[in-house]
Amino acid sequence: MSAEKTLSKEHTNQQTSSSLRNHSHSSSQVQRRRGWNYLFHALFLLATLVGIIVLAFLLFDIVKRGWSWLTPDFFENFASRLPSRSGFKAAIWGSLWMIGVTAPLTFILGVSTAIYLEEYSKKNWLSRFIQLNISNLAGVPSIVYGILGLTLFVRILGLGSSVLAGSLTMTLLVLPIVIVASRESIASVPSILKQASYAMGASRWQTIRHVVLPYALPGVLTGTILALSRAIGETAPLIMVGAVTFVAFTPENLFSPFTVMPIQIYQWIGLPRIEFQQLAAAGIIVLLIVLLTMNAIAILLRNKFQR
Amino acid sequence: MSQQAISVDNLNLYYGQNHALKNISMDIDKNSVTALIGPSGCGKSTFLRTLNRMNDMIPGVKIEGQINIHNQNIYSDQVHVEMLRKNVGMVFQAPNPFPKSIYDNVAYGPRIHGLRDKKKLDELIEKSLRGAAIWDEVKDRLKDKATGLSGGQQQRLCIARALAVEPEVLLMDEPTSALDPISTAKIEELIQELKTSYTIVIVTHNMQQAARISDKTAFFLSGDLIEYNKTEQLFSTPKHKQTEDYITGRFG
Ligand SMILES: Nc1ncnc2c1ncn2[C@@H]1O[C@H](COP(=O)(O)OP(=O)(O)OP(=O)(O)O)[C@@H](O)[C@H]1O
Ligand SMILES: [Mg+2]
Repeated sequence: MSAEKTLSKEHTNQQTSSSLRNHSHSSSQVQRRRGWNYLFHALFLLATLVGIIVLAFLLFDIVKRGWSWLTPDFFENFASRLPSRSGFKAAIWGSLWMIGVTAPLTFILGVSTAIYLEEYSKKNWLSRFIQLNISNLAGVPSIVYGILGLTLFVRILGLGSSVLAGSLTMTLLVLPIVIVASRESIASVPSILKQASYAMGASRWQTIRHVVLPYALPGVLTGTILALSRAIGETAPLIMVGAVTFVAFTPENLFSPFTVMPIQIYQWIGLPRIEFQQLAAAGIIVLLIVLLTMNAIAILLRNKFQR
Repeated sequence: MSQQAISVDNLNLYYGQNHALKNISMDIDKNSVTALIGPSGCGKSTFLRTLNRMNDMIPGVKIEGQINIHNQNIYSDQVHVEMLRKNVGMVFQAPNPFPKSIYDNVAYGPRIHGLRDKKKLDELIEKSLRGAAIWDEVKDRLKDKATGLSGGQQQRLCIARALAVEPEVLLMDEPTSALDPISTAKIEELIQELKTSYTIVIVTHNMQQAARISDKTAFFLSGDLIEYNKTEQLFSTPKHKQTEDYITGRFG
């Protein structure tokens, strides 16, 4: 009996030590895994910081250079050969005119197209083909739209290098983005809500008007605003269309020549005198504030109506 | 003998190749409750949706035969599907209020059909909410969002919304399957009250419910109408072996 006891004791001892050995083995593994974990944690943090630091540096540099030029005169003066007399007025008004035409056009065309594709068109190969092409158009480089605008609006339709030609070109450029965003938003409307409407005898249009659009509107607006903020920052297509760089007036009508903020900035940067570089920095601050405001509105809209 | 509200004659329905309803003929009495029972996928919902032409919107559906509602062939070219659906209301399986206020939910149908007069609208909304036995619970919060109501309240709101367009027939597709027993009891009670003014066709998976609330019951099996009879008779002395097997829970 005692022999048995010792035996079993030994056995237990053995077991304990072996399980400990196992334990120490696995704990070194855990340590190694933790090491990797820290390493990658640090790596990803670093990657994030690179972007943030560069951006912060850029912003700091621009604000430092441009801040003192942000005077009332800056918003009141037109372009001039003298830096002290130069201002952003023509560019600001040009951008406003352009957005004033582009915004309603893209909204109406984009939402109508999205409604047609989602709610009216039969889901056959043709509609799939159209949808595929619209998605592809959203990825076409902006300069290509510039060439199209130059050929179609400036030359063939004879609009010249006018506000209208520039705005129509911009409309074409951002339209695919608005269509894709609106379609996604419209497709997300629950089908049971539409069925409820139809089951009460509503027509298709009534259902779209009173159920689909209210539900989809925040998403549609968010997409439109983000697309327009892209339009405000675009330079290349408008240079193609022939927006002028030296403008000493605000547009009078749709057929006036015009400039926009990014083009004015681009032109100032190209000039040799240091003061013009500082003017460009001031212009960039204004442009950035406009863009950030638009993005903030888009985010607010999305959060406010999020379901 | 009660009057007929709906008469279905040799109805066939195909989803593409799938023959989902086979030679269905049945008459549905006015101001009565007719229950549709049968195993999942046998075509109950499909049949219900032929009565307000909600199947029309599904691509690839082919429908043959005739359905008369109040002596009007609802698939004839003269019938406007919007007017048909105004007369034949529907309540869905899951409560589906619009993300609008309680008031606007019930006002939706009347407004769609052109009612603008605020006073008449108010009256109609109170009447509909009372009709759906939910007035007392919501009368002080008509401007609140309907999506904030409980599931059972939402379903009664959906019934009120359907009543507000003043239909003559009310189709209900498993209206209590997403609800707790107390809400279910309330809606069953409501159905009993509603049948004095409406013709009700209801799909249910619950045998007891069918037995409790319906006057007649139709048993479907894989697209066929197997048996259709007074509810007591169908449940006490089923004529067909398949019906008996189903109601005694031996399959399905
Ligand atoms: N929209 C549709 N497209 C194609 N086939 C469908 C569609 N809806 C239903 N079906 C088919 O028709 C048949 C009947 O379906 P239905 O929804 O009417 O059954 P049900 O009796 O209501 O079943 P459940 O009790 O599960 O609701 C099934 O075979 C189903 O797959
Ligand atoms: Mg069903």
